[in-house]
Amino acid sequence: MRNPQLNKHGELQHLLTIDGLPKGIITQILDIAAPFTEVAEREVKKLPLLRGKSVFNLFFENSTRTRTTFEIAAKRLSADVINLNVATSSTKKGETLLDTVDNLCAMQADMFVVRHESSGAPHLIAQHLENTGRDHIHVVNAGDGRHAHPTQGLLDMYTIRHYKKEFHNLTVAIVGDVLHSRVARSQIAALTTLGVPEVRVIGPKTLLPTDVEKMGVRYFASMEEGLKGVDVVMMLRLQNERMNGALLPSPQEFFKVWGLTAEKLALAKPDAIVMHPGPMNRGVEIDSAVADGNQAVILPQVTFGIAVRMAVMSMLGSH
Amino acid sequence: MQLPDAEQLIAVLAESMRPKVTANTCLVGIHTGGVWLAERLHALLGLSQPLGTIDVSFYRDDYSAKGLHPQPQGSKIPFDVEGAHIVIVDDVLYTGRTTRAALNELFDYGRPAQVDLAVLIDRGGRELPIGASFCALTLPEPLAAGQNLQLERDDSGALTMRLIHA
Repeated sequence: MRNPQLNKHGELQHLLTIDGLPKGIITQILDIAAPFTEVAEREVKKLPLLRGKSVFNLFFENSTRTRTTFEIAAKRLSADVINLNVATSSTKKGETLLDTVDNLCAMQADMFVVRHESSGAPHLIAQHLENTGRDHIHVVNAGDGRHAHPTQGLLDMYTIRHYKKEFHNLTVAIVGDVLHSRVARSQIAALTTLGVPEVRVIGPKTLLPTDVEKMGVRYFASMEEGLKGVDVVMMLRLQNERMNGALLPSPQEFFKVWGLTAEKLALAKPDAIVMHPGPMNRGVEIDSAVADGNQAVILPQVTFGIAVRMAVMSMLGSH
Repeated sequence: MQLPDAEQLIAVLAESMRPKVTANTCLVGIHTGGVWLAERLHALLGLSQPLGTIDVSFYRDDYSAKGLHPQPQGSKIPFDVEGAHIVIVDDVLYTGRTTRAALNELFDYGRPAQVDLAVLIDRGGRELPIGASFCALTLPEPLAAGQNLQLERDDSGALTMRLIHA
């Protein structure tokens, strides 16, 4: 079966998930993102690549950072950006997702950036566009349910490459609530595709998917074991809003066992970097001393996120 | 066609520019051949301002037809464009579209006082109202559209002209 993310020439048609994305495409996104980082230093912080195109930000779930950085990225590429306020939108009046999409297509949309609480919603939109012959319209998944958050995974890879140069000699630990995290799934897919030899997952068993080791990662049941000698520590946010019932005793208890403190970080390599996709729960998954410390690259992640999203959108908009 | 000697052309080009450049003149080479040429001119003319480079990938007018270059080099303008005298350097002047893209990009960094264009060879075939201020050789007959004339650099750093038949 053809990869629904690629067109018949093998070019990126939609960005839905990192799973199944060829290594060449991932590397190309990172390569194209690199020169975009310097646009922010110019007098005119704009490139003409998406001039005259309309990008619709379709956020059915709240987000500040992701929506804002997508908006900045599209604007730096000279696109017109329309943010849909979903709280007051037609969906609340009973319109289906695909009817909403059809209406926006009738307004000459060129690209949809979609966040949805249901896994697979961006796929559904992409499929619908293909079935109706509208292959000039592109979809970017900005996070769907527990499934995927591909641009977060890509900006994390950009950040790692920026600080560590290569992937083939790294040990990377992903820490915390993997079960509810679409970020973790995208990170694992990207890290294994790019050839990171050891990807570790650290966290309480109750917050791990049952088949976690099938994803090509090593499971560690303690921070002390799992952080030993790692080059990169990727913290995850504890997703209270996605939990049903009591998977955890309390945030304080979680911090004691799984929170990243300076003492635990000392077990990693001395030049290890600490990442977090945000928003951070200080004192729950990460101690303030670490979050604000000199090994943290959490704010650079946000800045790199703009360049990576510019790369994705300019690749989609080029055909 | 007998290809001209690139090293000779560079010397000719540098001498034609010498009376017009000052200590404050800034060179900007267009990737990739123009950057190699600009490095040579920078040394020959003894310029003190740091060399700029431009990759016009993000400003090309055929972007939606040809797609993005898979490995863009990015642009580096290490001097203040505002009020500067800038010479854009490219190996071959053809349709003028690359020059237009470079001009557009340059103006996103500021407003230069004056911009000139220096090229080794003008091969004819212009599609835009653009001309070179300095040119070492203008071909008497325009090259046919399928032919690609470009500068190449070997491992020793020597530059040669190469004609590729598409």
